[in-house]
Amino acid sequence: MHISPVLWQFLVKWLNASALFPREASTIAPYADALYFFLLLITVVGLVLVGVLVFGFSIRYRKEKHPVAVQVEGSTLLEATWTIIPLALFLIVFVWGALLYFRIYNPPTNAMNIYVVGKQWMWKAEHPGGQHEINALHVPTGRPVQLTMISQDVFHSFSIPDFRVKREVIPGRYSTVWFQATTPGTYHIFCTQYCGTNHSAMIGEVTVLSPDDYDKWTQESTSGMSLAQNGERLFASMGCNACHSGSAAARGPNLAGVYGSKLQLASGSQVLVNDAYLRDSILNPSQHITAGYAPIMPTYQGQISEDGLIDLVEYIKAMQNNYRVQQTLTTSQSNQAAPTTPGTVKP
Amino acid sequence: MSATHTIVNLPDQRTATLPKRNYLNNEDGLLSWLFTGDHKRIAILYLISITFFFFIGGAFAGLIRLELLTPQPDLVASDTYNKFFSMHGIIMIFLFLVPSVPATLGNFLIPIMIGAKDLAFPKVNLLSWYLYWIGGLFTMAALVLGGVDTGWTFTTPLSTHYLNTHVVTAATGVFIIGFSSIFTGLNFIVTIHRMRAPGMTWFRMPLFCWSNYAASILMVLGTPVLAITLVLVALERLVGIGVFDPTKGGDPLLFQHLFWFYSHPAVYIMILPGMGVISEVISTFSRKRVFGYTAVAFSSVAIALFGFFVWAHHMFIMGVSNYSALVFSLLTMLVAVPSAIKIFNWAFTLQKGSITFETPMLYAFGFLGLFTIGGMTGVFLGALGMDIHLTETYFIVAHFHFVMVGGMLMAFLAGIHFWWPKMTGRMYPESLSKLAAVTTFIGFNLTFLPQFILGYLGMPRRYHAYPPEFQVLNVLSTAGATVLGVGYMLPLLYLGWSLKYGAIAGNNPWQATGLEWQIQSPPLTENFIETPVVDHEAYDYEWLAHKTAQEVTTVG
Repeated sequence: MHISPVLWQFLVKWLNASALFPREASTIAPYADALYFFLLLITVVGLVLVGVLVFGFSIRYRKEKHPVAVQVEGSTLLEATWTIIPLALFLIVFVWGALLYFRIYNPPTNAMNIYVVGKQWMWKAEHPGGQHEINALHVPTGRPVQLTMISQDVFHSFSIPDFRVKREVIPGRYSTVWFQATTPGTYHIFCTQYCGTNHSAMIGEVTVLSPDDYDKWTQESTSGMSLAQNGERLFASMGCNACHSGSAAARGPNLAGVYGSKLQLASGSQVLVNDAYLRDSILNPSQHITAGYAPIMPTYQGQISEDGLIDLVEYIKAMQNNYRVQQTLTTSQSNQAAPTTPGTVKP
Repeated sequence: MSATHTIVNLPDQRTATLPKRNYLNNEDGLLSWLFTGDHKRIAILYLISITFFFFIGGAFAGLIRLELLTPQPDLVASDTYNKFFSMHGIIMIFLFLVPSVPATLGNFLIPIMIGAKDLAFPKVNLLSWYLYWIGGLFTMAALVLGGVDTGWTFTTPLSTHYLNTHVVTAATGVFIIGFSSIFTGLNFIVTIHRMRAPGMTWFRMPLFCWSNYAASILMVLGTPVLAITLVLVALERLVGIGVFDPTKGGDPLLFQHLFWFYSHPAVYIMILPGMGVISEVISTFSRKRVFGYTAVAFSSVAIALFGFFVWAHHMFIMGVSNYSALVFSLLTMLVAVPSAIKIFNWAFTLQKGSITFETPMLYAFGFLGLFTIGGMTGVFLGALGMDIHLTETYFIVAHFHFVMVGGMLMAFLAGIHFWWPKMTGRMYPESLSKLAAVTTFIGFNLTFLPQFILGYLGMPRRYHAYPPEFQVLNVLSTAGATVLGVGYMLPLLYLGWSLKYGAIAGNNPWQATGLEWQIQSPPLTENFIETPVVDHEAYDYEWLAHKTAQEVTTVG
């Protein structure tokens, strides 16, 4: 990064052609590699230093040359040196690593969202337009893509080495990861968390397309129903609209505009309504009673699959206008204020 | 190196015999061993036991490497492969690495090093060996009944809801072994506090005692958390209490927190005693006191204390909040500092020494190189953004093998060779043992260096089959494992041979300063006929020279 850009380009080109180095196919990859090279450098320097000391002393002070040892107490100066220098280096690595972490895990607000459900032993991707894929993922170059992921059974972990991104996919909670692909091509998706018998077969392929090819792909592979439309149908068939009808006299709160707002609960606390909250209030409604409503909603635990929940959440998201607002905060417990929408309780 | 330059000071082999009375022949018969309260005999029992389990665990490692020779899943079915790496992990960690140095060398040496006749609780010590075996038999039962495929981490909900293997049997085994570890730790702490000989102050104590003391604190405080976690896993699996089950309101991440709260400190339980061995060996063969004795002693305690506050660095990609990730990353960087301090202290111990290159020293040099690589690659994983790409890949496999096999096992072998003359009264064959040390070092690097590259390329760990582009590096790794296997077989053979045919060692073949070298080899059951009075620091070679000169004068 801080070496000459020409040299860097040359290095990257050479490395990308070498079998000892993964391709750099996302905007993050060069940043990750820069830290990697820095770490390699200090490792090699440290190893050489220890090697020189050990071999140097071994040759200089071997018994033949130096038959009587000279007892040395220790040295505060030396001790301080090799405490402070490693500490300083490690702190640099810490700050650098933290900056990279925040870059990798904080998605830009304009990212397009794709859902991923992990299960033994496949990856199911669902695009908002309703395209479904198994062990495959199509994304365009040049656009940030955010994956909202959940596991239907055990821990899985979604990893695209050529993008340098990875995130655990956890049962019972949404996790997110984002990337912006730079180079068209196909890259491995690995499950990296041991998940049972066919763990090593849980491999997918991400296909990076140019924006034009991506549009072509979306049109060709549409099922005709978007996730939100599927959700709307589910909303009706599960009877949700009987209570959440949107009218003033309804037994359940109006859901239009609820996504991204801060909601006043009967318990007195406030919550930010995001994907995770919506999912949980469908599964555990008694723990999320909106202020002013009776705790009469039954649980839907065991009645809706993770795919169905995603459809419902997409539908509820689409019921309002400030969709873009908190898309990025789906997993973090943020206390940041979000814009409110008319119809919800103002914080 | 010619024989004249070695510091080994062996008795005349034509006339020398083992001492007539020693701890090995004091009583005869199997029962005298099975009911012994002698810490030295228990150490020998442990040594035989962990060697047994090491080679079982090693056989699984061999099978794993053999399967990974080709990208196709062609040697065994995937569930069999999963059982292989699970058994390899469970056996190596709980039945070998954790007890190896403390239960064998620590048991044998700590009382002698501090001038005591035994550990504080000899019967508890024997009990902990029995618990080790009962736990070991449960683990073996899980293996014989059809295996277990959770990995050594027993991760829920996989282990509780999605496997039909013998999870509870294996967890029971580990649970019981845990108590063996707690008892050993407790015994060491009490012994070191209460039973030091007159004059053996804390800062006259050998660093081996310091590092085992630090590891004992971890054993006593950390292992109960593992026990609780395994009980919860068993309850969840048997009666479905739902602590870790999200559909019942539980939290699968809670398991990760509990498990790593033990299992990260466990890494230090494994490595700290090894560091103690390295201090002893390097000091002895450079004839120097350890550079910065106090810094090395306190860095052991610092590692033990810091070690409890870094567990969540195993969870950076699991959706812990970004800010807690920051804190755990920072603490991880801090815990790396005492390790760096130790490395430089050891290197500077050599300065102005009078260095010889006996087998234990070769292993110790191997340790320094491999542990430096292992430690530095730990910094890669502690760096938040880097961890995202590297964790759960072969990079992490290579990293912890460098620390635990390259570090711990090298230290263990250094210690076994170093104290072999004391434990058995006989020397091992010198050139063969050097060959083994070099073979192990080469084999180790050939096995695990390619895995760092594999990891950065993205090959996930615990993969039974893999994309073909990873094959070349895997073939290298398997070739290395073969060399490494030879390196481990050699000591088994020649140490066994030396029991009968090895040269008589005498009391102090290395001319070392420790109290253990001032008594006969093999020692008497009661270690010391009279309680020694300590009037010098550990590693005081001037005292030793003075003492030797005095003896010569009195005899002459």
